[in-house]
Amino acid sequence: MSLLTIENLTKAYPGVVANNDVSLEIGRGEIHALLGENGAGKSTLVKAIYGLVKPDAGKMTLNGADFEPANPSAARAAGIAMVFQHFSLFDALTVAENIALGLENPPPQAQISEDVRKVSDQYGLPLDPEMIVGDLSAGERQRVEIIRCLLQDPKLLIMDEPTSVLTPQEVTILFETLRKLQSEGTSILYISHKLEEIRALCDNATVLRLGQVVGTCDPRRTSARDMAELMVGMALQITSKSGKPLGDVALRLSNLTAGAPHQFGTALKHISLEVRKGEVLGIGGVAGNGQDELVAALSGEMKVGAQMVVMGDIPIGALPPNKRRAMGLCAAPEERNGHAAAPDMTLVENALMTGATRLSLTRNGFLQWDKARAFADAIIETFDVRTPSANNTARSLSGGNLQKFVIGREIMQNPDVLVINQPTWGVDASAAASIRQAILDLANNGAAVVVISQDLDELMEISDRFAALNEGKLSEPRPTQGLTMEEIGLMLGGAHGMEVAHVDA
Amino acid sequence: MDLSSINPILLLASLMVAATPILLAAIGELVVERAGVLNLGVEGMMITGAVCGFAFATITGSPWLGFVAAALGGAALSLLFGVLTQYLLTNQVATGLALTLFGLGLSALIGQGYIGIKAPAFPDIHVPLLGDIPVIGPIIFQHDPMVYIGLALVAGTYWFLHKTRGGLILRAVGENHDAAHALGYKVIKVRLLAIMFGGACAGLGGAYLSLVRVPQWTEGMTAGAGWIALAIVVFAGWKPWRLLLGAYLFGGVTVLQLNLQAAGVAVPVEYLSMSPYLATIVVLVIMSSGRAPGSLGRIFHASR
Repeated sequence: MSLLTIENLTKAYPGVVANNDVSLEIGRGEIHALLGENGAGKSTLVKAIYGLVKPDAGKMTLNGADFEPANPSAARAAGIAMVFQHFSLFDALTVAENIALGLENPPPQAQISEDVRKVSDQYGLPLDPEMIVGDLSAGERQRVEIIRCLLQDPKLLIMDEPTSVLTPQEVTILFETLRKLQSEGTSILYISHKLEEIRALCDNATVLRLGQVVGTCDPRRTSARDMAELMVGMALQITSKSGKPLGDVALRLSNLTAGAPHQFGTALKHISLEVRKGEVLGIGGVAGNGQDELVAALSGEMKVGAQMVVMGDIPIGALPPNKRRAMGLCAAPEERNGHAAAPDMTLVENALMTGATRLSLTRNGFLQWDKARAFADAIIETFDVRTPSANNTARSLSGGNLQKFVIGREIMQNPDVLVINQPTWGVDASAAASIRQAILDLANNGAAVVVISQDLDELMEISDRFAALNEGKLSEPRPTQGLTMEEIGLMLGGAHGMEVAHVDA
Repeated sequence: MDLSSINPILLLASLMVAATPILLAAIGELVVERAGVLNLGVEGMMITGAVCGFAFATITGSPWLGFVAAALGGAALSLLFGVLTQYLLTNQVATGLALTLFGLGLSALIGQGYIGIKAPAFPDIHVPLLGDIPVIGPIIFQHDPMVYIGLALVAGTYWFLHKTRGGLILRAVGENHDAAHALGYKVIKVRLLAIMFGGACAGLGGAYLSLVRVPQWTEGMTAGAGWIALAIVVFAGWKPWRLLLGAYLFGGVTVLQLNLQAAGVAVPVEYLSMSPYLATIVVLVIMSSGRAPGSLGRIFHASR
């Protein structure tokens, strides 16, 4: 008998049907994968199971009985637990307080601390209950969420993109923990777009596209490529790298050191690096290990010692962003809505804001709107940005389209050095492929490119050399050719103290 | 200049009285801000409390009923702020400023018939035994009950925020309202309750001015006390005990400069008058290490 069945579930939001007639069945002790691109309706479906969203139509059955959770408490009481993609944690509170908030009838705080110690020891997820969550690494924060779920003794554990913040070693250990849970009879609904992981872990997979179930498969017997094409609905373009020889050193970091810019930030420690013309350097690392700070130091948002950042042979470490742009260094930060682009301003205005310096879109302090509009239109044309016109606000674009615009804006300024943080985060597969190709083309034309990403597959695909950022320190860059996932994992700091679960199955 | 006319025992004793209105308003605002709401209308709620308290106390003859009315008046005004910001999603800064202006006008209107009247007496309590201790007795144990209620509120707030589940939920809502919502907590309900508590406390603070400290009704009598309460919350790093320190420091310098003025110190009065504000802010800035609640002032909208 199955644990949870979902029949013909439909949920519409104004203007979009998030789930259309979705049916799904999860057996007891089964690890079931839910696959799909961003916007395929995975989150909405999971929210319905967890009581955060009320479906418009359809029926859910848990253990043979009708299941209509009115709110998350009701879902938790029924034995559903969830590990969120964007962590539902409170930075300023302790681990024990965070866990207490996720429990229905929490015992006194001292008892919780003891339970946390016990469970974290049992499942090999070391965690100090008295630590402030804001001081924890991304992997440790995930442990908080997992332990919070385990303390509820769940029948169904929902995990939304759990491995995006883990090193390969940590992923292996997480999978061990999940298999232990499976052997104890817990069912797991595993949401991801990382196909190799699903093939390694899951018993069954349901694929969603545009809110509809487009197929189910046994991931152990289906190739990653077939699943990807089922997910995307078309054949994927493959990026091509040219084997051109590299030029002179374009950007040199020597002993770059800077304090943490805010309480929960990361300090940069003695980073030295050289990037040559025509080279793509990939920097990997789990989120919160200094990526934002490194981009800020490179773009000029955070000033450092002049000699720490050298372009060609000119020290630029103490220059502000516009001076660096004028010299040919452009940057695209991670957060597209609010950092890379101003959400409520039009695409023309957003194009103007970084393009003004290099493309002289101003004259005597006055804006030249026609030139700015032409620039914005050119970006939209070249990078296939889907928008009614350049006069639409940045906020009105989907994540993938805005990302294409933001990256395109920097690439079309023809920089000598380009720094990009998370180029394809939250972007659908076909848009991601075209962004990657654009990065490679830019390098091919002689620019030095620094790509910072948490997607290791992406870095392996496009970069010539790879370095890892761990606690604000950068490893020695190594050629990507011949680098194994295991070696990368060790460069990323290994398992960060995590160990394999030692429960008896 | 005659510094010998300043009696240190009387000075310290009046410090607690001078600090109480600000302490009451500030502890209420602290709870509001820990829930993630920035209510800049403290001044307006204080003066509304001052006039409500004064009116009811003179009508009924009981200062106690006056204080109850002041708390209700402040809470009612804050509920207006709560409905506007939590349900109609108005900007908290603009709404709070409007609330202050509205409260000043409303209180002037209500207070028309009460100008020049004296409030009913609110006698000090002489704490048995403790009040007889020389020096310490008159300084600490011979005040009116509201001074001790203020202290109890600070202790109670600390206990509530850090030792109870309700306090944990309130802090969670203020820290990350989206996460609190995802876990199934009622963000808007928690915030409305906090806002009303803040309004009631501000009302009590205002009534303390009109019933004990002055004690009569004049228009605009809060004279910026609500703003200093707001500043103390921030500079105290949203921590109850540091807030107590800030309020007493402010009260202490206020009393001291009044005594210095009376003693005829050769410093211009304007400098003396600004000294409590300067001293409080300087000291608390130097000590400052607090971190604002993560969702402070942000509009919450459950995106369903």
